[in-house]
Amino acid sequence: MSTTTTQIPLRTAGNITAVASPAMPVPEDRKGLTKKEIAADHPTWCPGCGDFSVLALYFKLIEKRKLWHEKITTVAGIGCSSRFPYFVQAHGAHYIHGRALPFASGISLSRPDLHVFVFGGDGDAFSIGGNHFNHTARKNIKLTYCVMDNWVYGLTKKQTSPTSPLGFKSKTDQWGAVDYPINPMKQAIAAGATFVARTTHTNPNHVLQMMEAAMDHDGFSFIECLSECVEFYEGAFDSSNPRKGGVFNAVPPTHDVTDEAAAYKLAGEEFPGSFGIFYKVNKPTKNTREAGINQTMGEKFKGLKDWQILQKNFDRMK
Amino acid sequence: MSDSAVVTQTNGGAPKISKISEAVIRIAGNSQDGIQAIGGFLARLAGRSEQEVMTFMTIPSTISGGPSIFQVRIGSGEVLSSGDEADVLLAFYQHSYEDHLNSLRKGGIVLYDSDHVEANPEWQKNYHHIGIPISSLTVEAIGGTAKDKGKNIYSLGLIAKMFDLNIPKLEKLVTERFTGKDQSIVKNALAAFHAGYAHSLGGVLETFKFVDSQSKAGQQVVMNGNEALGYGLIAAGVRFGAGYPITPWSDIMELLRRELPKYGGSFIQTEDEIAAISMAIGASYGGRVAVTGSSGPGISLKTEALGWAVMAEMPLVIVDVQRGGPSTGMPTSIEQSDLNIACFGGHGDAPRVVIAPADVEDCFYTAIEAVNIARKYSVPVFIITDQGIATRIEAFPEPNLEKVCQDIAPDFKPVADHKPYDLSKPDGITQHLPPGTRIGSGKYPIVTGLEHDELGHPTGSPKLHMQMMAKRRKKLQALGTTLPTPKVYGPPEGNILLVGWGSTQGPIKEAVDRSRAAGDSVSSLHIKHLNPLPPGLDNIFSGFNHVLVVEMNDEGLYGFGQLGSLLRSRYCDPKIRGITKTDGLTFKVKEILERAKANVAEGLRKM
Repeated sequence: MSTTTTQIPLRTAGNITAVASPAMPVPEDRKGLTKKEIAADHPTWCPGCGDFSVLALYFKLIEKRKLWHEKITTVAGIGCSSRFPYFVQAHGAHYIHGRALPFASGISLSRPDLHVFVFGGDGDAFSIGGNHFNHTARKNIKLTYCVMDNWVYGLTKKQTSPTSPLGFKSKTDQWGAVDYPINPMKQAIAAGATFVARTTHTNPNHVLQMMEAAMDHDGFSFIECLSECVEFYEGAFDSSNPRKGGVFNAVPPTHDVTDEAAAYKLAGEEFPGSFGIFYKVNKPTKNTREAGINQTMGEKFKGLKDWQILQKNFDRMK
Repeated sequence: MSDSAVVTQTNGGAPKISKISEAVIRIAGNSQDGIQAIGGFLARLAGRSEQEVMTFMTIPSTISGGPSIFQVRIGSGEVLSSGDEADVLLAFYQHSYEDHLNSLRKGGIVLYDSDHVEANPEWQKNYHHIGIPISSLTVEAIGGTAKDKGKNIYSLGLIAKMFDLNIPKLEKLVTERFTGKDQSIVKNALAAFHAGYAHSLGGVLETFKFVDSQSKAGQQVVMNGNEALGYGLIAAGVRFGAGYPITPWSDIMELLRRELPKYGGSFIQTEDEIAAISMAIGASYGGRVAVTGSSGPGISLKTEALGWAVMAEMPLVIVDVQRGGPSTGMPTSIEQSDLNIACFGGHGDAPRVVIAPADVEDCFYTAIEAVNIARKYSVPVFIITDQGIATRIEAFPEPNLEKVCQDIAPDFKPVADHKPYDLSKPDGITQHLPPGTRIGSGKYPIVTGLEHDELGHPTGSPKLHMQMMAKRRKKLQALGTTLPTPKVYGPPEGNILLVGWGSTQGPIKEAVDRSRAAGDSVSSLHIKHLNPLPPGLDNIFSGFNHVLVVEMNDEGLYGFGQLGSLLRSRYCDPKIRGITKTDGLTFKVKEILERAKANVAEGLRKM
């Protein structure tokens, strides 16, 4: 998009709450970060893991969009992919299993000056954290959530995940998975997410495109990124990878991203399905709505110091 | 009315007027009768008249309806508890009359609605009975449409007459309460109040007048503990919180949701308890101490996230308004059974701070202290109150808000270098830099629940785990040395020391007063800082033969309540024993005295 240095998509002025936000930065002539400056710990993932490419493309996003260390916050829960924040040289948090979204929401709602990126896996997002996924989506909290879906629990070494297909043999389903898997795209659309996209680690340009679009979306932006676990579910996504004889179908250009029913239909396609933005609508975010309440209330108490506002309450309790 | 009820005047043939220094009034009805409103008016009147006041209420845990009481103790001197026995019982229904007559002292007055209550001739011998058709007189006063609605205000008029209360002040309170609503509602309320006041109580009875209280410097404010705690958090500078509704914590959550936007802050209702604490921790990480809270099962749900905050050393305030447990337990009953979970809840060794306010005023100041400890030591701080403090109303000197209110906005000044978990600091105290802070070295910290190195990156090193564990422990030990040693109430040496925490402070002090008046050697000690404990307690204990820990929880497998067990394990002192109960009601002074006596007798046998 831009060549200037203020790269964080500025939200509307009314969106800024006074909770803890520093003054918006004066545009400053700073060079964008190099990959070397963005990289932190060497990833602990297995060689060949799909997560490497997601990390590389996150670096690319930071480079390309000239994001600064201190202006992004990377948050994750628990899982292989959730080790993500350690590998990024920026403020970040490695939170507990399944609860990265509410943690990140606390940052987003109190710090509108930051861009919050959340990374996680399918177990984190759809099993232990399933309820948070639904509610963060419906509240339309401004943040980007990238789920690296590998259809298996990798960190704990091959148990069935909520996205494992029927029949998948794991250590907890020795005879093959018997529970119907969750469809993440349907889940996101039904929950009220305002940006829902699907991509795969084997198509780096497409991953970057989706990340950029998600970052620019003012609202809860969700990306399901297929990310192969070479150790415990090798070949899971071959049919979506042209190099392995599969097909990569982009969302047809005729698809209307504001059409919920059409998006739901795309989400219901047989694997490998389509890749791209399924659904995208603009709705006021939770951040904006809360800021609106604050603005209205703030006007009533204009010019008063905090203690004077509190004094008004105390005067009524005499 | 207390023993100090003194001068009796006789005005010819008219009913006599007794001067009294305090009175306990119990109002019994159903939860929708607005009896809490009567109690609230009386409490606020007391506050405006420089009197002390304490209330006690029970509410049914049913969704709507059910028997409910509100007890007000008003005094010109110090009021320490809501009173063991009532001087006056106002009973709206037969069940109110029958269930609560035994709470009335012998010779007390029962004022009953004769439309609904049939007096028991047997009981009339021991208690003054005054039957007034309150329901029908209310209808007469304000018309049929009001029906049950105005009878509480009518009764307030009766009480005002009986105690010669300040009518202009009460009129003002009633008007203030209904202002903003339809003008006719204010008119009706005042009409009901005046009709009650004008009703003749009959020549049978004496009326009362409070002696002037020792004038207190400055204004008083009147509120309940949940309000004091909520406003205290705002004064402390908290501007973000998250919670999930649960009784009796919800009041604080509703208050913060309503109030914080005035200050540019937000309180978020989340999908569950775990999301609530997680969101609050996220906001704390954002740079400004945030709050979450709950009661009962909600606290259990939060413990995993709490452990993360201990590990990542993130400041946070967690309010626990205790209720009867375990599980769903007794949602509207009083219990002090969360001390263990507050101090130790969660897996692993996870030291955190626990403070318990002693009364309504203390709720306000404890909130500020908790926020400041959380900030200074980068640690989660529990404020544990209980259903008793949460809902009881007290008057206390108005805080100087200009002085007390603090600004805790984060600082985003760039720094050259930063190690959040610096092991070279002797006191182990961490200070985080919030995201948004530019770090010159280009090395940015991670906050994590994994054991970590000084920059927050994960480590499996046994040495680092021990060092970091010690760091998290040491900073609380450092805090412990700064805490004030609590003062003994009564002489510093003697036979019995009653030890308490939280809402039992008042009744325990009153128990000391009573037993000392009777010639017994009893003192008391109130412990506010429960984890870490303040220094010097062992010295205090050594001055007494018996140390009895009075608390509203179960005696446990080994015969000691939760604080009792903590003190025994800390001081290895066999003279520490416990007086516990779990009936869901506040301690009566009488109960404490009787139990203490029995315990000492039994303790001596065992010793």
